[in-house]
Amino acid sequence: MSEPSKPQGRKFQLPEHLKEYKGIWVIVEQERGSVHSVSWELVGEARKLADKLGVEVGAVVLGAESPELNAICGDAFTYGADVVYKVTDPVLADYRTDPYTRVMTDVVNTYKPEIVLLGATTLGRDLAGAIATTLATGLTADCTELDIYMDNRSLAATRPTFGGTLLCTIQTLAYRPQMATVRPRVMSMPDRDDSRSGRVVEVFPNLRETDVITKVLSFIADREQNEAQLAFADIIVAAGKGLGKPENLKLVFDLAKVLGGEVGVTRPLVQAGWTGFDRQVGQTGKTVRPKLYIAAGISGAIQHRVGMEKSDLILAINTDPNAPIFDFAHLGLVGDALTILPALTDAFGKRLSVNRLAG
Amino acid sequence: MHIVVCIKQVPDSAQIRIHPVTNTIMRQGVPAIINPFDLFSLEEALRIKDKVGARVTVLTMGPPMAETSLRKALSLGADDAVLLTDRKFAGSDTLATSYALTSAIKKLSEEETVDLVFCGKQTVDGDTAQVGPGIATRLGFQQLTYITKIESIDQGAKEIVVHRRSEGGVQVLKTALPCMITMLEGTNTIRFGKMDDMFRAARYGLKTWNKDTTGAEETKVGLKGSPTVVSKVFVPKPRAQKATMVEAESPTAEAQAAAAVDAILGAQPKLADELLARAAAGL
Ligand SMILES: Cc1cc2nc3c(=O)[nH]c(=O)nc-3n(C[C@H](O)[C@H](O)[C@H](O)COP(=O)(O)OP(=O)(O)OC[C@H]3O[C@@H](n4cnc5c(N)ncnc54)[C@H](O)[C@@H]3O)c2cc1C
Ligand SMILES: Cc1cc2nc3c(=O)[nH]c(=O)nc-3n(C[C@H](O)[C@H](O)[C@H](O)COP(=O)(O)OP(=O)(O)OC[C@H]3O[C@@H](n4cnc5c(N)ncnc54)[C@H](O)[C@@H]3O)c2cc1C
Repeated sequence: MSEPSKPQGRKFQLPEHLKEYKGIWVIVEQERGSVHSVSWELVGEARKLADKLGVEVGAVVLGAESPELNAICGDAFTYGADVVYKVTDPVLADYRTDPYTRVMTDVVNTYKPEIVLLGATTLGRDLAGAIATTLATGLTADCTELDIYMDNRSLAATRPTFGGTLLCTIQTLAYRPQMATVRPRVMSMPDRDDSRSGRVVEVFPNLRETDVITKVLSFIADREQNEAQLAFADIIVAAGKGLGKPENLKLVFDLAKVLGGEVGVTRPLVQAGWTGFDRQVGQTGKTVRPKLYIAAGISGAIQHRVGMEKSDLILAINTDPNAPIFDFAHLGLVGDALTILPALTDAFGKRLSVNRLAG
Repeated sequence: MHIVVCIKQVPDSAQIRIHPVTNTIMRQGVPAIINPFDLFSLEEALRIKDKVGARVTVLTMGPPMAETSLRKALSLGADDAVLLTDRKFAGSDTLATSYALTSAIKKLSEEETVDLVFCGKQTVDGDTAQVGPGIATRLGFQQLTYITKIESIDQGAKEIVVHRRSEGGVQVLKTALPCMITMLEGTNTIRFGKMDDMFRAARYGLKTWNKDTTGAEETKVGLKGSPTVVSKVFVPKPRAQKATMVEAESPTAEAQAAAAVDAILGAQPKLADELLARAAAGL
């Protein structure tokens, strides 16, 4: 991906009343006490942008008061925030669009940040669209790069369109705040700095449950449903149509098992019913960023690529030396996945068990 | 019950081509289709119609040729169709698009109160997933995105129970009508149209509305009404480096695998340590 080569911001004057909007905010996505890692990736990214602008990074943490919530506020500082807006109310215990939108628009109108960032998750996209509409401001979706055009101090948000065949850079000119959602695992995870701390601004919105129309009856966790947890896997072995038939998926499961990883697939395999949608990687599936991605029998179509190209190390196995996947994989092996996969399983198995004996 | 389904006509994205010299999108000859994500919502609306009885109106904002998609939706079983078309709408971002569509839904509601609005999860061209939430917010409807299942709908009590996909699980939500729903893909399969619906669709006199019909304010639509500005469009730069090919001592799978393992562990010493530590711990 390319950096915007030079500042190309449009010439315009920010209306006087919008100049008081200062600082970059990240809305921290927490549900049932755990934070979605995209929030910390965004705090790290906000830190870089804020340093360019010479402003503060604010992290907004919403929920019901709890020890977990306080720990999350502390974490926000260690990842780079200067201020934490801690918004607590029992009504905010579970995510619902309506109360979250009401509270967030109030907090934005009170403290006036110039940029507000959220993860492009189911929660982030649901909430961002509602907030931006209420505030009547611009929202750029699903970004993969953020930068500041210094000539007009505006956010340059770059996002893929048409399934990644094109990128476009979008600005929100005479409106504040400038809002964007960012794909998980595109920005890198910042290092923790436990010596950092900052200000906590407490907000008590005083909501009433009787004012909220939507009720959460229950929550069915994926853990109880055996869903694959691809987004957080360190190692993914992925299969494409090159594997030929569904029985051969066993070869990637075997290798994944030896490596302690997960199995991913391309869309045609899901469409043909080889496995569930929870394993699809790509534009209409999951975005992943493992330490190792082994792609077996995958051509490397753009819609697959956008979901996995940020992996630390990609090994591609393909019979066709001209397969597009070799244009962006780090390591390539021209050969038959059906024989190489079992050989890899053996080789890794041996290598790792030798060490176990030695260790 | 009156249900409005918002559908967008999009280029069949599998066939999008970029002009090699000018880097622009070549739309000529690219077939237009109903946004695939909208079909899951249309089907769900038609199922509600089958089950509890409802009038289903499809609505699209777009150029006159978007009429094709409306007729397609009618042939699948929709009752009425509105084409919202006006040059003044050109260049609308999602804030302006949701404003224009909302103005049409309000007008439809004057004829018969709208209880449910369905949108697609997202489109395959603009791909923002923002228009649905925009419409819900403007109408003051409850917002139900990424719905995997409509468990029950009680017309008398105006209550609905749905399953909503969220990170790490499914929320079971109960709420009151009116609401705006976006269905998750793969939750149903669009039906085939019936013969008489197809004949009806071909002749149906659909409504064609413009900015003035719905009373949309000129400053809130089109480029003027859009806070976001596309400042540049470009083709992703191919990565400078191609893959390093793993060289094995012999062409056997074993030799290739061994060489690949060496290459992986060599390139990622940290990963090697982690794997070895995990193996040593007997995991
Ligand atoms: C709107 C839209 C959204 C999409 N979203 C996604 C998405 O989210 N994820 C996704 O993956 N795709 C998506 N696609 C589909 C995408 O365009 C490609 O069609 C798909 O990724 C190709 O899958 P594949 O690589 O498995 O199959 P193919 O492209 O058919 O590639 C198979 C590869 O296997 C190689 N091969 C054959 N035999 C062997 C062998 N024995 N050993 C090793 N290699 C072998 C072949 O050389 C070939 O390169 C989307 C498409 C559209 C239009
Ligand atoms: C390259 C590019 C990038 C863009 N990026 C942004 C951006 O980041 N932010 C932004 O605000 N705008 C953006 N836009 C503008 C945006 O695409 C348009 O506003 C578009 O009209 C609606 O957005 P969408 O296609 O993303 O729809 P989505 O929000 O993804 O659509 C969700 C659902 O809303 C309904 N819907 C959407 N459009 C219509 C319609 N015309 N008629 C009927 N129903 C409809 C459908 O049910 C659809 O499934 C971009 C446009 C381009 C060309």
